[in-house]
Amino acid sequence: MAKPKVATASLAGCFGCHMSILDIDERILQLIDLVDFNKSPIDDIKEFTDRCAVGLIEGGCCNEENVRVLRDFRKHCDVLIAVGECSMMGGLPAMRNAVPLKECLHEAYLGGPTVYNPTKIIPGDKELPLLLDKVYPIQSVVKVDYFLPGCPPPADTIWQALVALLNNKPLELPYELIKYD
Amino acid sequence: MDKKQKQFIQGICKSVGNDRTRLMDVVRAVQAQYGCVCSDSVEWIAEALSLHRVEVESQVSFYAFLSGEPKGKTVIRLCNDVIDILNGAEKVAAVLSEELGIPVGGVTADGAISLEWTPCIGMSDQAPAALVNDVVVTNLDSDKARAIARQVKAKRPAADLVRTLGDGNNAHDLVKAMVYNNIRQKGPVIFDVFESGTALRKALAMSPAEVIRDVKTSRLRGRGGAGFPTGMKWDFTRQANGSARYVVCNADEGEPGTFKDRVVLTEYPDLLFEGMTIAGYAIGAEVGILYLRGEYAYLQAFLEKVLAERRRLGLLGKNVCGKDGVVFDIRVQMGAGAYVCGEETSLLSSLEGLRGDPKNRPPFPAQKGYLGCPTVVNNVETFCCAARILDKGPGWFAQMGSKGSPGTKLLSVSGDCTRPGVYEVPFGIKVQDLLKLVGANDAGAVQVGGPSGVMIGPADYGRTICYDDLGTGGSIMVFSAERDILDIVRRFNEFFVEESCGYCTPCRVGNLLVKEVLARICSGKGEPADLEYLQSLGQVMKVTSRCGLGQTACNPVLSTLKNFRPAYEKLVKADKDGFKPAFDIKAALCEAEAIAGRPSEHFSH
Repeated sequence: MAKPKVATASLAGCFGCHMSILDIDERILQLIDLVDFNKSPIDDIKEFTDRCAVGLIEGGCCNEENVRVLRDFRKHCDVLIAVGECSMMGGLPAMRNAVPLKECLHEAYLGGPTVYNPTKIIPGDKELPLLLDKVYPIQSVVKVDYFLPGCPPPADTIWQALVALLNNKPLELPYELIKYD
Repeated sequence: MDKKQKQFIQGICKSVGNDRTRLMDVVRAVQAQYGCVCSDSVEWIAEALSLHRVEVESQVSFYAFLSGEPKGKTVIRLCNDVIDILNGAEKVAAVLSEELGIPVGGVTADGAISLEWTPCIGMSDQAPAALVNDVVVTNLDSDKARAIARQVKAKRPAADLVRTLGDGNNAHDLVKAMVYNNIRQKGPVIFDVFESGTALRKALAMSPAEVIRDVKTSRLRGRGGAGFPTGMKWDFTRQANGSARYVVCNADEGEPGTFKDRVVLTEYPDLLFEGMTIAGYAIGAEVGILYLRGEYAYLQAFLEKVLAERRRLGLLGKNVCGKDGVVFDIRVQMGAGAYVCGEETSLLSSLEGLRGDPKNRPPFPAQKGYLGCPTVVNNVETFCCAARILDKGPGWFAQMGSKGSPGTKLLSVSGDCTRPGVYEVPFGIKVQDLLKLVGANDAGAVQVGGPSGVMIGPADYGRTICYDDLGTGGSIMVFSAERDILDIVRRFNEFFVEESCGYCTPCRVGNLLVKEVLARICSGKGEPADLEYLQSLGQVMKVTSRCGLGQTACNPVLSTLKNFRPAYEKLVKADKDGFKPAFDIKAALCEAEAIAGRPSEHFSH
């Protein structure tokens, strides 16, 4: 039987959650035995080539490309998991939500104290995805099946969640893995 | 001017013995005199009462009837309870607004008049209603609103707005209100003839322990809504250690749709005060306090007079009824517009001159209540029942009503019925029988127990009103079949958003989240998962909120999700791709497109 397929993506995140996935150390070999990776930075597959059992999403949606990718994941994955604070609540990028977009861009490209920008141009090339009016947690954009909180969620949390899900077993996380203070 | 104001404030503070726990009286007096408690006033009050500035400021900012910024000399507070709204309060607001030339929430340019919304003022049986300063105006319509606006603009005193006086003591010289009692059904416990002193003399002939035994035997349970056994509460208080004991009457009738205490206070104040005096004797208290909601200020002078008369008759004061060593007196403490103060621990905070924040329980007030001393806190109706029990005997009382809920209950009925008003009915009455009684033939929904209670539909009209089935502090709102259930739920939710004290997160944030989801559902962008989310959010609020307000704030949602599910289901739709219907990519990109001066590459419009 073919191995179940897993896809991952980092939207408005810092790749910390992906680092945490890699932090499962030598168990990565077990993971490769257990699953095939499809669209993911781990194998650098850019677009979905097949339907996946599980999609892991790091980061929230800060721009239009994030939304497109996220919707693509929703369409191709049976189960979608929000990994980490930014995906669930917007996280650090969402700090801009209290400031109008125009002011944000002005501060970043024109008015900020360390800005050097003699052309006075705010980057607007078509290659650059447009920013959304604010940063959205992913469950505001698509239906999300499970949430793994943490910044990042510990490697063991991710590992146990994946193993439980792929073996169709209930997930039991010990207190140490869901305690964040 | 400033000097005069400072002297005024010092005088007020002195009149309450510069006692910081009487801060409420001080700030109320300053507000009444100057239309606000300004920064200078805060300073002088703090100085006189040995408080920090921030303690005075937090008091002023907490209560709706107090303000740091100047309000108009005349403040028109229009009730936005759901019953008032359904009876046309918004139309009245529009007329007032137009006549006065200010929006709701505004103050006229000359600083003479302000117009604002206020939650239920206890007049749902004669809605729409408003307060003009302390004067109640009822049964408003566009014409009356226009007349009020013109009269207020002409600087005529608010009292002149009352043309015809209400029935009973509403016409009393010290009340002079246009309010009607609307007593629709009398009963043997509350709405019956009462001769002052009869119950008290019988109680004083017994030992305090025997009085408590009688109250226990009667199986009287608290009438505020929670239904705690009264005798047991009195017994706990009596046995608790403390330097002093207190009797507190909760007359902060803030649950929207409740107005039965208003009628008791107007027509049967002696029965209430007698009950409080008996409680004082039973637990060994010398001081009783009636906490009267700010909205009922029009009854204050009358109640003071009743108290004075009782002192004159020897029913209060030293050696009550001539019995040596029995000392008891009652004072009236005014509130200042805060729903949460109906919660007993918030009420105690308020009595102590603090913000009306709830306290942790335990310790319960019976152990540590007012000023840290053992305190009995009971509802107006409960004290009345206790007095009647002592007069007529516990057996007489216990044989009325239902098994777990003896006695009668006052119900305040409002909404879509032909005879709104107060009914004294035996506990255990079926909802359908009540609806017949009040003239509601077309009831599509009944809200039992106010916004914090439950909403039931015709399938549940066979259920009974008692603690074991449908418990209520007295509010019964009837809604005809044409009413929009979700609109009502949203108004209840707005009420809780407004009245949450903000202390604990589940209530402060939870109510806002509910508001967002309800708005989403009503705009047609909801999905079935939203209903599950509301359910679990409601459960979290119930279990984790600090006081009764937050614990019950989600009840309108939870009970309608259960009893009126189709109303929700017809509005929600699942997206086949699992996309959220409420997320509008076009709107989210609008700003960026304008800044970049080009359309989106990913989402062509």
